[in-house]
Amino acid sequence: MGKRTVVPFGPQHPVLPEPIHLDLVLEDEKVVEAIPSIGFVHRGLEKLVEKRDYQEMAYVSERICGICSFVHGHGYCETLEGLFQVEVPDRAKFLRIMWGELSRMHSHLLWLGLMADAFGFESLFMQAWRLREKILDIFEQTTGGRIIHSVCKVGGLWRDVPEDMLKKIVETLEGMEGELQELANVFLKDYTVQKRTQGLGKMSAEEAFECGAMGPMLRGSGVAMDMRGLGQSGYEHLKFDPVVEQGGDCYARTNVRIREVFQSIDLIKQAIGLMPEGSIENKVKGSPEGECLVRMEQPRGQVIYYAKANGTRHLERFRVRTPTFANIMPLLNMLPGCDLADVPILVLTIDPCISCTER
Amino acid sequence: MGLGVMGKTVMRNLFGKPATVMYPVVKKEFYPTTRGSILYDESTCNYCTLCAKRCPSQAITVDRAEKVWRIDRKRCLTCNFCISVCNKDSLSCVQEYAAPVVKEFDSWLFQAERIAGEKIEGLEGQEGFSDKDA
Ligand code: SF4
Ligand code: SF4
Repeated sequence: MGKRTVVPFGPQHPVLPEPIHLDLVLEDEKVVEAIPSIGFVHRGLEKLVEKRDYQEMAYVSERICGICSFVHGHGYCETLEGLFQVEVPDRAKFLRIMWGELSRMHSHLLWLGLMADAFGFESLFMQAWRLREKILDIFEQTTGGRIIHSVCKVGGLWRDVPEDMLKKIVETLEGMEGELQELANVFLKDYTVQKRTQGLGKMSAEEAFECGAMGPMLRGSGVAMDMRGLGQSGYEHLKFDPVVEQGGDCYARTNVRIREVFQSIDLIKQAIGLMPEGSIENKVKGSPEGECLVRMEQPRGQVIYYAKANGTRHLERFRVRTPTFANIMPLLNMLPGCDLADVPILVLTIDPCISCTER
Repeated sequence: MGLGVMGKTVMRNLFGKPATVMYPVVKKEFYPTTRGSILYDESTCNYCTLCAKRCPSQAITVDRAEKVWRIDRKRCLTCNFCISVCNKDSLSCVQEYAAPVVKEFDSWLFQAERIAGEKIEGLEGQEGFSDKDA
């Protein structure tokens, strides 16, 4: 047995985009144990519900995450709609799906870029972000904001999207497909990239399920679990099959995310095709009361919202369980046995969003 | 392998247009929907304080007696909620972002009375985050 060394990794580290801290116990170059600590960016957003009106809180909840901000706003509104027991109009549902899937595309493209950056492929990183820029432009044109959209409200939406804009979105996405395929080819077929990702961080289906992995982590190991398949919030009208890969390594997870980008394009086209005319809002009146729990599929996996209200304008309790929190456990399972140089890739493979974990 | 996979992308990037805007030589065009900043119209406002009460980030302060409406641009999220609650249509959203702060203030953030900010030159009707002599 070699001499053991402890290397502190993060929360500020050149290869880490997120403030997670890991104490890596090393034997020579091999990691034998990893001890995580989080809590560097806690903002107390859950506590804030007691001070903010439930409508204002929709804006605050968007700020849980800077990448899937739309999904958090949507999830909050859906939870509140559950409390009020209002159904949103179909047009609003499909528009929400459209924005949700655009968020997924932009999140996955961002992740692909960061992944390329983690194994030192700078130009691939920029290429991925160049494509992502087009999605952000669509967001700005439809919602008015690039990252924070502030478009969901309890009961519906603030903004409608005109028909010609919807056509333009479909055209843009179709135009992107070729470039996306070229990008995907590099990730999946390039020798260097394969060398860095194949066989790394292997997790079997049982192991992934046992330690509570979520989203692409779980689907990359061959478990077809996707909350969009629950048949709620409009997804019941769309043709949808979860993307599953059997490999269980970093390569399989990259593949899942790449295929999900294409799947999102397909879902957006379906949603736009099915979108009826009509109103985008059912007004809610009064104050919420009761309890509600909503499960949704975020780009990173399953997210759970729980809200408890007591008949006043302020909620009593709001809880968000974000997928990254669930994915830290599989990360700790994967780290022992890997080389120090592979740690950044393994941390990135869970698509960490520590800021949303800590809320 | 590498050239076959990436050749097309490389060629496009070498001979295509850059993805970035050559700011400030080329001005960035805002979309009509862009939420830049809040524009206030003094002539219609009745100082009902509704916007100040409902603003999620408490960026607006309204003094009824003095008849002053103030916004702290640094706090404002441009969420447009104030626009939807104002029933006098005094507020609207413009595409241009609020002017940047050009001067360092003495412990700016901690003085409650300074947080509201002063008039921005050139943006008539807008109150905001700039100093008179800046
Ligand atoms: S809500 Fe409208 S009318 Fe009332 S204070 Fe604000 S800007 Fe003025
Ligand atoms: S746009 Fe939103 S944050 Fe800004 S002043 Fe209006 S309500 Fe407040």
